[in-house]
Amino acid sequence: MSTSLLIVQILNGLQLGVLLFLIAAGLTLVFGVMDFINLAHGVQYMLGAYLAVAFCALTGSFLAALMLALAATLAFGLLLEFAVFRHLYDRDHLDHVIATFGIILFLNHGVKLVWGAAPLSLPIPELFSGSVKLADGLLYPVWRLVVIGSGLVVAVLLYVLVAHTRIGMLVRAGATNAAMVSALGVNIRRLFMIVFGFGAMLAGFAGIMIAPILSVEPGMGDTVLILAFVVIVIGGIGSIRGAFLAALLIGLVDTLGRSFSVDILRLVMAPSPARTVGPAIASMLIYLLMAVVLYVRPTGLFPAKGR
Amino acid sequence: MSASLAASLPRPRGVLLAGTLPACIFLVLALVPIMALSGGSYLVSLGSRVMICAIAAVALDLLIGFSALISFGHAAFIGLGAYAVGILSAYGISDALVSLPTSLAVSAAYAFLSGVVCLRTKGVYFIMITLAFGQMAFFTASSLAPFGGDDGLTIAARNTVAGFPLLRSDRVFYYIVLLCLLGTYLFCRALVGSRFGRVVRGAKENAVRMATIGFDVYRFQLATYVIAGALAGLSGFLLANATEFVSPAYMSWQRSGELIVMVLLGGLGSLDGAIIGAAAYLLTEEWLSGVTEHWKVIFGPVLVLIVLFARGGLIGLTRAVVRRFSRG
Amino acid sequence: MVEPALRLQNLRKSFGALVATDDLSLDLMPCELHAVIGPNGAGKTTLINQISGLIAPDSGMILFDGRDITGLPVHARAGLGLARSFQVSSILPGFSALENVALAVQSRAGSSFRVLGRAGAETGLNGPAMAALADVGLAERAHMPAGELAHGEKRALELAIALAMQPKVLLLDEPMAGTGREETARLVEVLRRLKGRFSVVLVEHDMTAVFALADRISVLLYGRILACGTPAAVRADPRVVAAYLGDEME
Repeated sequence: MSTSLLIVQILNGLQLGVLLFLIAAGLTLVFGVMDFINLAHGVQYMLGAYLAVAFCALTGSFLAALMLALAATLAFGLLLEFAVFRHLYDRDHLDHVIATFGIILFLNHGVKLVWGAAPLSLPIPELFSGSVKLADGLLYPVWRLVVIGSGLVVAVLLYVLVAHTRIGMLVRAGATNAAMVSALGVNIRRLFMIVFGFGAMLAGFAGIMIAPILSVEPGMGDTVLILAFVVIVIGGIGSIRGAFLAALLIGLVDTLGRSFSVDILRLVMAPSPARTVGPAIASMLIYLLMAVVLYVRPTGLFPAKGR
Repeated sequence: MSASLAASLPRPRGVLLAGTLPACIFLVLALVPIMALSGGSYLVSLGSRVMICAIAAVALDLLIGFSALISFGHAAFIGLGAYAVGILSAYGISDALVSLPTSLAVSAAYAFLSGVVCLRTKGVYFIMITLAFGQMAFFTASSLAPFGGDDGLTIAARNTVAGFPLLRSDRVFYYIVLLCLLGTYLFCRALVGSRFGRVVRGAKENAVRMATIGFDVYRFQLATYVIAGALAGLSGFLLANATEFVSPAYMSWQRSGELIVMVLLGGLGSLDGAIIGAAAYLLTEEWLSGVTEHWKVIFGPVLVLIVLFARGGLIGLTRAVVRRFSRG
Repeated sequence: MVEPALRLQNLRKSFGALVATDDLSLDLMPCELHAVIGPNGAGKTTLINQISGLIAPDSGMILFDGRDITGLPVHARAGLGLARSFQVSSILPGFSALENVALAVQSRAGSSFRVLGRAGAETGLNGPAMAALADVGLAERAHMPAGELAHGEKRALELAIALAMQPKVLLLDEPMAGTGREETARLVEVLRRLKGRFSVVLVEHDMTAVFALADRISVLLYGRILACGTPAAVRADPRVVAAYLGDEME
């Protein structure tokens, strides 16, 4: 276990964390403000990636693809909200789960129809390709640093938006007590639409940024979706701060767990069983973490609605 | 059938009283192998699959429909029951007298352990944590390299029963599955109308009230969760025998989601609805996948529409139709 | 010295900066009907919630029949004989009125882990349930879904459920809330007939009912007991008149 390997994995963990935060932020807001379980959030992320690939092929420029794909995911999110979700806010969570599950089925196979089942890839923009030397013998891909950086920038922007603007205040109030906010005369429909569209855009942004690194394929949103839900449950529903901390925690735990589980287990057991048990425990690690957190704090670490 | 059950469900009118519909369902199911006599082994095995799924769906309806516990990890118990059969078989133990109790015990045990943790939470937290436990089971199975890991494990042959290869014939197997479904249904029916069931149903309506009356709601919900898990284990036992194969895919969260859809499709809180829902889902899947490879592209929006417009599922729809006819 | 049926010792409860219960001590003597009155916001429902166990006090002790129940969960307290009714009707709307009460009887009877046998048909449970319903005048409504009862009938059902638990101590949180004059008179009659059967803490706004029924009255103001004594004593207490009764009695 060398230090450079450790540093690389920590950076990878941060990258995953930042990605999860981008997705979880929209999810926790939508849940906190509209009390709406949106399982389809994962496909927003997937759609962002696919659209980035498509627009890049069309325009040849990553930047143009980024802009266009962002606009398209925003539009699609608003369309979904208008056509389907708006009618479901009054229903109970079960209806949300089923309806959004149906949308997952539709989109996962829809993209297969349009783009085929084979994984696609997006080339890393010229400017950011290659690796940078962080220390002696420690090279790290530039693009991954860009992802971490952009994620942190978005986090800061979100914080400023939510904590220091009027609309942010409305969102925070809505997350604590939506009925009250509506009773105070705020156009709650417009607020919901804005929250939803913004969240969809964030998820799409995550998909666009990750497309050059991961392979873009149908169903890529599913695992990420579950991770995002774990993030918001641990962080506390409705809390952006909780989502940020939980996302980083999960990103680090998951990445470091997978890299070092076998090594850590080798300290207490023979190499052969360690090699089987290690990966199994690594995949379960974040779920065990969530179970422990929920056992101690049944509503997450920083729930917006208080304890 | 059960007056107190009828008292807490939307009042049915006319033909679809609490006894007639299930009787019809089971009659139809009993006749399938006979009707499919002319080389219809496809129908028989399809029917078995539908009924095996229905057992799990009825168990899930106990949780979702009667206890308001939305479990998103139900498929895990099916998978555990199936893997019990598979693993025992890999070690040369393939008699149902050993495999069946093991399947039930394993899924009940996992239901107990996960239930102890999950039931401390409510609402979406409960949904997520049941999902988490489902995923834990899934990943454990995927990493069991000696038992196939991701690819799954083939079972040499179906279980013998006390040494007799009773399950080998598809038709006999079908009727055994039918008996299991009937037993599950009758048991759940009795459970729901019993003293125990009444407490659970009451907790669904008003948990605080039940506590102030003196009921430890947690204990009752835990017991229901374990019962539902064990029944799903039974479904898994039968599934492993039906397909002679076990795979982690039996425990995926998509499967858990599909089970919820089936229960909702049939109509929450009406055990026969769960059977109808499972049949409707699987049969539609069979039919549509024959029509086009991309059936899920159609199925997805259909689900959305059902949620938006058909409250109460298929049973609710049928009741509404019957009501309109008896009025007109 | 007779042991109080319920003793509250130095209860304190704050919600952030709001002090809902401020060093409150109160004794409920066996078989007495002890009314708790006070203006809105005085902390009456919070007090009832602490006694029944829905809220945990920050400090202080609650003794039930001499036994410390401060740490016991809600259902355990109910099992010991502590019943309560809610200010906002908290019934099971999908169940019939009879079944609502039968569940309370079932809780008392124990052995609720029976998984077979139709609970709805058990005469052992329905009999006492019908008796409780008759006590509050709801016998003809027994088979109606509780959600379809009129408001006053729901309040009576609340009372019936609490009675069916054969409690030692009965906590009644504004049983007359929202009932018309006729209903209120009926409920007062019911409570008058039940006086002496068990110890009762009655939180109420309706002063006519309170003065007709109470053996002793405690006046609650900003989470503290302002005065405690017989109705006559409380009515004449100048502090009480100034703070509360002055407006109410007009």
